[in-house]
Amino acid sequence: MTAAMTTSSFPFGPVSAVRGRAVVIAGDDIDTDRIIPARFLKCVTFDGLGEQVFADDRAELSGEHPFDRAELQGASVLVVNRNFGCGSSREHAPQALMRWGIRALVGESFAEIFYGNCLALGIPCFTASHASVLSLQEALIADNYQELSLSLATASLENSQGQLWQLELQSGPQQMLASGQWDATSQLLANDGELARTAASLPYINGF
Amino acid sequence: MSAGTLYDKVWDLHRVAQLPGGSTQLFIGLHLIHEVTSPQAFAALKDLGLPVRLPERTVATVDHIVPTTSQARPFADPLAEEMLATLERNCSDYGIPLHGLGSGRQGIVHVIAPELGLTQPGMTVACGDSHTSTHGAFGAIAFGIGTSQVRDVLASQSLSMGKLKVRRIWVGGQLQPGVYAKDLVLHIIRVLGVKGGVGYAYEFAGPAIDALTMEERMTLCNMAIEGGARCGYVNPDAVTFAYLQGRPYAPKAQAWERAVAWWRGLASGADAVFDDEVRFDAAAIAPTVTWGITPGQGIGVDETVPTLEQTEPDERPLAQEAYRYMDLQPGTPIAGTAVDVCFIGSCTNGRLSDLQAAAAVAKGRHVAPGIKAFVVPGSEQVAAAAEAEGLDQVFREAGFEWREPGCSMCLAMNPDRLEGRQISASSSNRNFKGRQGSATGRTLLMSPAMVAAAAIAGKVCDVRQMINTTP
Ligand code: SF4
Repeated sequence: MTAAMTTSSFPFGPVSAVRGRAVVIAGDDIDTDRIIPARFLKCVTFDGLGEQVFADDRAELSGEHPFDRAELQGASVLVVNRNFGCGSSREHAPQALMRWGIRALVGESFAEIFYGNCLALGIPCFTASHASVLSLQEALIADNYQELSLSLATASLENSQGQLWQLELQSGPQQMLASGQWDATSQLLANDGELARTAASLPYINGF
Repeated sequence: MSAGTLYDKVWDLHRVAQLPGGSTQLFIGLHLIHEVTSPQAFAALKDLGLPVRLPERTVATVDHIVPTTSQARPFADPLAEEMLATLERNCSDYGIPLHGLGSGRQGIVHVIAPELGLTQPGMTVACGDSHTSTHGAFGAIAFGIGTSQVRDVLASQSLSMGKLKVRRIWVGGQLQPGVYAKDLVLHIIRVLGVKGGVGYAYEFAGPAIDALTMEERMTLCNMAIEGGARCGYVNPDAVTFAYLQGRPYAPKAQAWERAVAWWRGLASGADAVFDDEVRFDAAAIAPTVTWGITPGQGIGVDETVPTLEQTEPDERPLAQEAYRYMDLQPGTPIAGTAVDVCFIGSCTNGRLSDLQAAAAVAKGRHVAPGIKAFVVPGSEQVAAAAEAEGLDQVFREAGFEWREPGCSMCLAMNPDRLEGRQISASSSNRNFKGRQGSATGRTLLMSPAMVAAAAIAGKVCDVRQMINTTP
């Protein structure tokens, strides 16, 4: 398996655009066990996961998997179909994709926990209609996976031919990414007084 | 928009603040942690120099990586040993109680928290594990989270969340003998699909749900996530209170009376408004078995594997992938499918009543030649209770192995796994490609009684025939 680790830094600060080649993984209901099989969860850091992403699917296709194709190395956008990332809550799945190089996803729909995990890493998940995703996937293949660019502000994607796709990005995640506040910890810590009041109002915290 | 449901009430009680991105900061009443999804969260906490905000609202156990044959330390697998050692160190550094091996309270996180009385109605429960939905059986709002969120809960005892819609799943009638909560939930997912619940909390209600025991309600809510719903719940009632009373962490004496009064008031009222409602008839449900590679690809044990024409057009690519992977012929009966391995256990079906149902089938019968069959209790308490009733003996005499508690072959992070193309009858919750430890291994999901029947027959068969006849 060729290790295709990008050396570029992980998302940090405001995220306003993602540029790069896009890789297509077709199919509905691609679960997190396929993105990163459970045996690779035996780790106490996420460091090695980029090499293990889609391990079983890649082994099955012996070199023909999109993540192994030479021309797609260094790609930063992943285009998928419906309910991508369903199954387990393992953050190892978006971590593995991120460590391989993915910085944004486009698909018809995403499983909720997966979506939230991506956001917590600074990776936007754009959605689009069934027809739009199919047309995008076809165009990417026809265009031989040339560079494209995604704008968070307009939730749009433009390919090297100047073709434009209107996507959707929920306004909450859009704002969080644009402001660089997609990492929730500091926001949550800012409201400690309110948190203590909420806790104090709950019967089960106070022995009823 | 929903109003007056248990979900709405618990949500409102736990709201801390509105966050800049538009989401809500939600207080988390109970945070459960285990060895797989917590080490990176603790590492991040250390990097940030932050303490654990409420260590007394955090509880740990070890379940995913523990071997089930010998649990002597150090484990034979150095990676597994390192994961447990890391958890032990983190718990001791931050003052978090750990129910470890041999404590009498260790087990799968979703089995031990209810049996210790930690999970209670009206709580918000979070854990770095998608099957946290299990705890909704008590009328808690319980959901799985990723590791960044585990870090957030450790640091702030709260999460940034968006509110879900609420769908009531009303189940009328009663389940027939030989048909269990597992069959009910596999049937619901078959009908509503694995994506059907995305964006929703599922409220399970109706006469069939009222009649379920707490353990059955846990099986049901456990698999809400397999239907795409991040959480599922049942309104608390007398069954809930009877289960909780006297458990180690349940309120005592006068606090108990006050707790019950508060819990009762949380249930969805007669005037509650739901975003959506779907109705089922429990009496029409047969023992259900999956034939494909998602938990939604299920059929009654008396049905045939659907042909392409029998599936919805947009489900066909997945059906074709499932035919290839599972090597099952469309149009042929699922009953009679030969199996290699039979696994009884997991957070879906590793509780005492699950083992009782399976033992009732196994008693006086014997596992078919060439079949590997094993039983993994969900916790040390389940194991002790089962052994006190002699269930371990029933299983051993019938040719099943009786193992130590843990997640085991549900996801095969320990030595229990399928080899090559082996096909399992499994009481667990996921039949994804490669889920049970072999990249080409195959899984048929079903109830524990159906797994026991498959072990005896050496192939998928209708357990109703075995419980109606004496061996
Ligand atoms: S039994 Fe299976 S689903 Fe449940 S927590 Fe363990 S690995 Fe996850």
